[in-house]
Amino acid sequence: MTIKAIQEDLIDEFSMFEDWEERYQYMIDLGKTLPLIEDAYKTQDNVIKGCQSKVWVHAEMDDDKVVFTADSDAIITKGIIAILIRVFSNQHPKDIIAADTDFIDEIGLKEHLSPTRANGLVSMIKQLKMYAIAYQTQLN
Amino acid sequence: MFNVETIRKDFPILHRQVNGKPLVYFDNAATSQTPQQVMDAIVEYYSNYNANIHRGVHSLSQEATDKYEQARLTIQKHFNAKASHEIIMTSGTTHGINLVASGFTTLLKKGDEVIVSALEHHSNIVPWQMLCERTGAILRVLPMNDEGELVMAAYADLLSEKTKLVFVNHISNALGTINPIKQIIEQAHAVGAAVLVDGAQACPHLKPDVQALDVDFYVTSAHKMCGPTGVGMLYGKEDWLNKLPAYQGGGEMIAEVTFEKTTYADLPHKFEAGTPNICGGIAFGAAIDYMNHIGFENIATYEHELLEYATAQLLEIEGLKIYGTAKEKTSVISFNLKGIHPYDVGTLLDKMGVAVRTGHHCAQPIMDYYKIPGTVRASFAFYNTKQEIDTLVSGVKKAKMMLS
Repeated sequence: MTIKAIQEDLIDEFSMFEDWEERYQYMIDLGKTLPLIEDAYKTQDNVIKGCQSKVWVHAEMDDDKVVFTADSDAIITKGIIAILIRVFSNQHPKDIIAADTDFIDEIGLKEHLSPTRANGLVSMIKQLKMYAIAYQTQLN
Repeated sequence: MFNVETIRKDFPILHRQVNGKPLVYFDNAATSQTPQQVMDAIVEYYSNYNANIHRGVHSLSQEATDKYEQARLTIQKHFNAKASHEIIMTSGTTHGINLVASGFTTLLKKGDEVIVSALEHHSNIVPWQMLCERTGAILRVLPMNDEGELVMAAYADLLSEKTKLVFVNHISNALGTINPIKQIIEQAHAVGAAVLVDGAQACPHLKPDVQALDVDFYVTSAHKMCGPTGVGMLYGKEDWLNKLPAYQGGGEMIAEVTFEKTTYADLPHKFEAGTPNICGGIAFGAAIDYMNHIGFENIATYEHELLEYATAQLLEIEGLKIYGTAKEKTSVISFNLKGIHPYDVGTLLDKMGVAVRTGHHCAQPIMDYYKIPGTVRASFAFYNTKQEIDTLVSGVKKAKMMLS
């Protein structure tokens, strides 16, 4: 699936929630269930320190696609990471570089991606793109 | 007569909604809300006598100068400083600390020792670390215990004739502990060391008497005590302020300038370079008047009632742990739910209209002591109510249910 198609799916899914509680419960459940990263990759090198929560990101290439795994010590942050991974992982680097994150606004989670939120997510997205740029350079 | 419902009418912001819910504002330790009386002072300044102070011969400038200097007198009286020139207007607590730390660069030498308490805000750690780097002085730490109290037995061991400076907060921002600053000051003076007290968290709750405390430097911010942001004060004993060199150069702080030599103005202007926050200073005075009108004894009694009520209610929640259980503490509750990250709790409480602070509260050493990433901190002011605490408690219960 393309990044755009996945984003549209997410917008559809989130439109079914009636209030913030359902939306957040869904994210919390996502955060609880998904094993997002191998412990071996939860290293100092892979950590992005927000003021509020920590985020770990690991990337590797599988053929011509980038596979991301990530985690956080806060569960709501982890739920959002799960959503971001669903969008960005297993995609070609050039598509990751070109993608935007406007869908986050549409699913009502905008405040979590505010640069002043300091939960590590903004830096995480920057990091995902940096990995994509690095891998794209290798492919060229 | 203290009546919280009447008081709440003074604070327009308390009547707004957040995320569709009535605002419950429990982030008072970060900044307090502003009463109409203080806002009126700000509007009056800009409507009637906005002018640059101290230099003008025209009436407006004179009026603004009088009001600004009147605010300084209000501050002097409130803190019971001996003279008004011992009150230096600053941009806030951090500015005051940096001013003193910078001044001590010329007064410290290699091998001198300075003592910082384990309960400090980063703003009362970092400037001193920088001072130590500049001078070769050694930074020593007065430790804390599990209750969040300073270990006074260790203090005596740390003090020696090498100790030149001690800095400690009057009240811890992260835990609410009221520190025994009188004793800390007495013991420091016995070895000839000066003491700087960070009063940012204390001034909303009590009325410090700098002469009775015999403190050398006392710093605070207006915005913690119903005033605006960007203004605060540094109290310094006259002798000390004369000993410290000027901090920033500029207008206002000079007596005479030639290209060969500048002589500095007398206190307090020596430390007040440039056009100050005139409106902020005047509003700071108005905030002090407002709080004295409510009465600090009333404030202390009522806030203690809120603290006891909230502590009892919160402790009924299974798995909730309160950090900072000092015998002497103000209306601050730092807590965590077992196995749940404070950020998650704070995020959900916000959705319910409850404003708390989460994270390390700029006091990472305290979080390291407890081996936690941070806490949820609810801090109460005299305009909060028990009903609001009920909203917090049911919010925490709901967050726990959603996150477990």
